[in-house]
Amino acid sequence: MTEAVREVRAVRGRPGAPGGSRRPSTAPRPSATRLLWALPPVALLALVFLYPLALVVQQSFQPDTGGTSVQPYADVFASEAFREALWTTVWLALGSTAGCLVLGFALALVIAFVPFPGARAVSRFIDVFLSFPSFLITLALLFIYGTVGMANGLWTDVTGAAEGPFQFLTTPWGVLLAEITYFTPFVMRPLLAAFSQLDTAQLEAASSLGARAPRIIRQVVLPEALPALAAGGSLVLVLCLNEFGIVLFTGAKGVTTLPMLVYGKAILESDYPGACVVAVVNVLISVGLYGLYRVVSRRAGA
Amino acid sequence: MGIRFDAVTVAYDGNVVLDALDLTVAPGEVMALLGPSGSGKTTALRAVAGFVRPASGRVFLGDRDVTDLPPHRRGIGMVVQQYALFPHMRVEDNVAFGLKARKVPRAEIRTRVAEALEMTGMGAYARRHPRELSGGQQQRVAIARALAIRPDVLLLDEPLSALDAQLRSGMLAELARLHRELPDVSILYVTHDQVEALTLADRIAVMDKAKLRACGTPRELYRAPTDEFTASFVGGANLLPVTVGATGVRLGEAELKADTAGAAVGARATLCVRPHLVGLGEGPNRLTGTLSEIQWRGATHRLYVEVDGHRVMADLRELRDPPGLGDEVTLHFAPDDAVLLPAGVGHD
Ligand SMILES: Nc1ncnc2c1ncn2[C@@H]1O[C@H](COP(=O)(O)OP(=O)(O)O)[C@@H](O)[C@H]1O
Ligand SMILES: [Mg+2]
Repeated sequence: MTEAVREVRAVRGRPGAPGGSRRPSTAPRPSATRLLWALPPVALLALVFLYPLALVVQQSFQPDTGGTSVQPYADVFASEAFREALWTTVWLALGSTAGCLVLGFALALVIAFVPFPGARAVSRFIDVFLSFPSFLITLALLFIYGTVGMANGLWTDVTGAAEGPFQFLTTPWGVLLAEITYFTPFVMRPLLAAFSQLDTAQLEAASSLGARAPRIIRQVVLPEALPALAAGGSLVLVLCLNEFGIVLFTGAKGVTTLPMLVYGKAILESDYPGACVVAVVNVLISVGLYGLYRVVSRRAGA
Repeated sequence: MGIRFDAVTVAYDGNVVLDALDLTVAPGEVMALLGPSGSGKTTALRAVAGFVRPASGRVFLGDRDVTDLPPHRRGIGMVVQQYALFPHMRVEDNVAFGLKARKVPRAEIRTRVAEALEMTGMGAYARRHPRELSGGQQQRVAIARALAIRPDVLLLDEPLSALDAQLRSGMLAELARLHRELPDVSILYVTHDQVEALTLADRIAVMDKAKLRACGTPRELYRAPTDEFTASFVGGANLLPVTVGATGVRLGEAELKADTAGAAVGARATLCVRPHLVGLGEGPNRLTGTLSEIQWRGATHRLYVEVDGHRVMADLRELRDPPGLGDEVTLHFAPDDAVLLPAGVGHD
């Protein structure tokens, strides 16, 4: 990889080489050009991403009473709502990620290794699924399991009861279900790519040595899939930490995550410093957990 | 334990790639499955291992019909061209894999891993990962891994073809030694290389176009091939279209002496003569033609001579004074060195 890069650079640098004797003073030009090329994207990044982020951080240190202090942080950290939202966010994200990894691994195994008609179509559909907005899946779940959804409707029709038994959608479990459903394909995509690289001769060797499917999956397939699991898992973890649409659309009143809290504070309570504090915390957790994940997965030899 | 194919037919999408194979490998025997690429050798081997299901026919290991048994219950050692080692496991864990899968007690695993690695000369590399080994070393580990489970049957699918020529002849000798150390293991050795087959095998089964063409000891197939395909694929041969006469055969105008027992007078047949049994100059069976090509091969010269429109190859001990292109050349061969084959049955 680095060698390829070096080669590309060497090739790019070549136009100067033959003319070297003619204009030796132009030797440092390539690096200047490179800096010039780097400037627009860096400037753009700073303008659209870093500057607003800096504004948010700045705002979080400016209480409504004026001046600059850590008072907004003290207020937010002291509030029960924040601590609850923090806990809810973290366990929902961790739970969803774990669920996605398990479900995604199982589904990808089936799609990749169990020959069934339509396996390719399913694999295609996963690509399409990735482009769906996250609230769509929540809507679909509402249609099925919502208070007036199909499942409950069928139940009340059949039994004559006033209410159906499926009320979990407005609980944290509903959010968990929706997040797992929506984010599982994000794990499957890299897994399917990894499985397609897997040498089937290895699986056959393992099998002829006397191993059954579970052992082959555990000891041959899983180790090869670890990098893909780490990649998919860290992506899903960060996406879940910051997920807003799914939580909003399930209409789970008791489920307040950090993004929901930001929304509530900023839009409903007009408490901008408070909202910014929560946002900063949210960003720090995302970056921190992601970093941790990367370190751990690198240690694991991924 | 022997291997027996009983009319095994394999087809992919109605395309027959193995056509009613009947073949028996005796216990302790090395059987080479020799044939060109695409002739169905690997398919036959995979039918024994359990990775392809025959459309019809049965596969036996010993007296046991294993046709419906999954691969992990067949107890077969298998080694393939690309080694297929588990990349994230150390050499010792690769070799121990089959033993763990078979729930061999821990203490025994250690000794058997060491034993298998010792046998293949890889004892010093137990702690390495496959990527830290050369191709030849990886293949040794693959063989050790297959032998560790002490199989009665060992399947080798072109195990040397990923190695360079020098390494290959060394490994060939190693395989021969391994078989001497494990005389009870039956080996099915798939290859497209006749040298490997002639060197290693007790018997050779020659395959072409999904069919078994011939089966016999290397000597039988080499000295007395029964069909044209086998004659030319095993060892190379001049195949001359002749007409059978009373005391010999006719090649165009030339009268040649040969054993014509069993052939009807006047019938068309093929005379098979090995290039290295053809001599230069006058002799009992004389062929005269023009030299169309000459190749120097170090110890030998290969001459291509056009005789009545037929190209005759002769391998001669290096000539001090080789003829030039276009020269008239006289060749000969002993009547005993020629084999008369039925015309055009083998290779169509
Ligand atoms: N999985 C498969 N699907 C379809 N055709 C196959 C498959 N495996 C092998 N074949 C075909 O079967 C024929 C024999 O293949 P193979 O047994 O691998 O030959 P060999 O080992 O003698 O080179 C070939 O024509 C090959 O294309
Ligand atoms: Mg093959």
